[in-house]
Amino acid sequence: MPVIEADDLGRSYVSTTGILRRRRKTVEAVRGVSFEVGEGELFGLLGPNGAGKTTTIKMLMTLLLPTSGHARVLGHDVVAEPREVRRNVGYVFGGDRGLYDRLNARDNLRYFSELYGVRPERQRLRIDELLELVGLRGREDERVEGFSRGMRQRLHIARGLLHDPAVLFLDEPTIGIDPVGARELRTLIGDLKAAGKTVLLTTHYMFEADELCDRIAVIRSGTIVAEGTPAQLKDAVSAGHVLEVEAYGVHPDVVASVRRLAGVRSVSIEEDGQAQRLLVQVDQGVEVAPQVLALLDGTTVGRVVTRQPSLEDAYVELVGTSANGQD
Amino acid sequence: MTRIPGVARMLTVTWWLQLKMLSASAFNGILQFVWPLFFATTAFLVYRQNGDPAALVYAGLGSAVMGLWSAIATTASGALQRERWHGTLELLVAAPTPFALVLVPITVAMTTIGVYSMGATLLWGWLLFGIVVPVASPVLFVLSLVVSVLAVAMFGFLLSVSVIRYRTAWALGNMLEYPGWLLCGFLVPVTLFPTWVTWISWALPPTWGMEAARQSSAGESPWLALALCVVLGLAYASVATLLSGAVLRSARRHATLALT
Repeated sequence: MPVIEADDLGRSYVSTTGILRRRRKTVEAVRGVSFEVGEGELFGLLGPNGAGKTTTIKMLMTLLLPTSGHARVLGHDVVAEPREVRRNVGYVFGGDRGLYDRLNARDNLRYFSELYGVRPERQRLRIDELLELVGLRGREDERVEGFSRGMRQRLHIARGLLHDPAVLFLDEPTIGIDPVGARELRTLIGDLKAAGKTVLLTTHYMFEADELCDRIAVIRSGTIVAEGTPAQLKDAVSAGHVLEVEAYGVHPDVVASVRRLAGVRSVSIEEDGQAQRLLVQVDQGVEVAPQVLALLDGTTVGRVVTRQPSLEDAYVELVGTSANGQD
Repeated sequence: MTRIPGVARMLTVTWWLQLKMLSASAFNGILQFVWPLFFATTAFLVYRQNGDPAALVYAGLGSAVMGLWSAIATTASGALQRERWHGTLELLVAAPTPFALVLVPITVAMTTIGVYSMGATLLWGWLLFGIVVPVASPVLFVLSLVVSVLAVAMFGFLLSVSVIRYRTAWALGNMLEYPGWLLCGFLVPVTLFPTWVTWISWALPPTWGMEAARQSSAGESPWLALALCVVLGLAYASVATLLSGAVLRSARRHATLALT
């Protein structure tokens, strides 16, 4: 039996504008999302901002009621049995909020231990274990208001694990954290998976999803556009290669011209300081480097590389393709 | 561990931690210290003018409970708003503990501040204005105050529930502060008001708590007033508990939990 099941899950938000003439506007944040997560699996929901990742996780966490479809966590319906779901899941989100700044780290954990029903005789030991696990041992008596973002995030994870939940929902846990802190958190998330936890992770960092997730669902505009292992997603675009050209001051007309070349599947530009990176995804067996360089005549060109597609290339193509499809 | 001791422990620990948070800011502490004394002093100065010691005693007792009302009415409804700002409201909802039980220690922590305010006002009146509230039945007097505190806490509980669904509902507490002073008979007897206003007064538990305190202070029987105060307090608590489930469901439906 899957630990997490989402079946045609949908959520819309209604907002009103105007004072005298009230106008209602309905926004479909999640449109019929379906997926399953098995026991001990680390499943990633990958998508751009506003894709519906957090809304999906909040429905599974029982914080939002779905407007359509069904979802079950450990066999419990998220609408009909919210208490049973809450007993068995931990929720961690990214950012500065979600902690009591004026309490120290230990008191924050004590507060939530009580609310999550951690037995009194087990509480002190459990808090000590978790402080050790997240690397906050020795800082537990300091007020949280003096903590760095990375420390806060680690404390968040400790809070989410207090009641030793079987399922963890991690909503962009590494957002805004410095590279070293983010790497430590990824190691910690990997350890949780190794300990047998079922984890649903949302992120928009490709390397994070690639490094951590067993399977990934790419979500865009509230719809899942692809699902599979990182390798499967890469394979979906690997019947070809990527031409990467470092250049300075690429004109938009050149991008349009490259896009029109035969065998070119997609073109994107990434800013890299003063330089730009022109990424051209090309069909298998097609060589477009000479034509692209010819089109860039007059533009300062740096390194030119041909490589296999990465998960990020797969993501850009999937999201870009579905976006074009919808537009 | 049986269920009741477990719940009692949860309520005690979370109440203590909430109180710790409330008392962590020196500025807040000073404000909580000065605020009730400021209004009590104003009331004492006004009532002193007619030279009637009985009126001054009336004001002394009324001002004390007035501070309690202010602490709870204005801060209880703001308590959940503070949870919103901290981003902890969703985490409280996501906990398996029934939400009504999560709210109780938050409200009671506010009430504790109110109890301080009540004691400080009585002391202030005695030290600066020489007001000594004569207490004919000390036990019944203390009982009346305790029941008043709990009943006001239940009223605060009801106010705080409304903030779960409507993020600007915290303003309700501010709006109720001054009318409450009059309606509950803290400064003037409710019998002075038109009949339709007295009906509102009678529906508020502090009116009866105040009446019980005055009666026990004067050596009269406070039992009827006490009973009405308890019944009303329980009624408010029951409505708040029932409402909390419905309001929480509405907040989950309308996605207002994460809004600040």
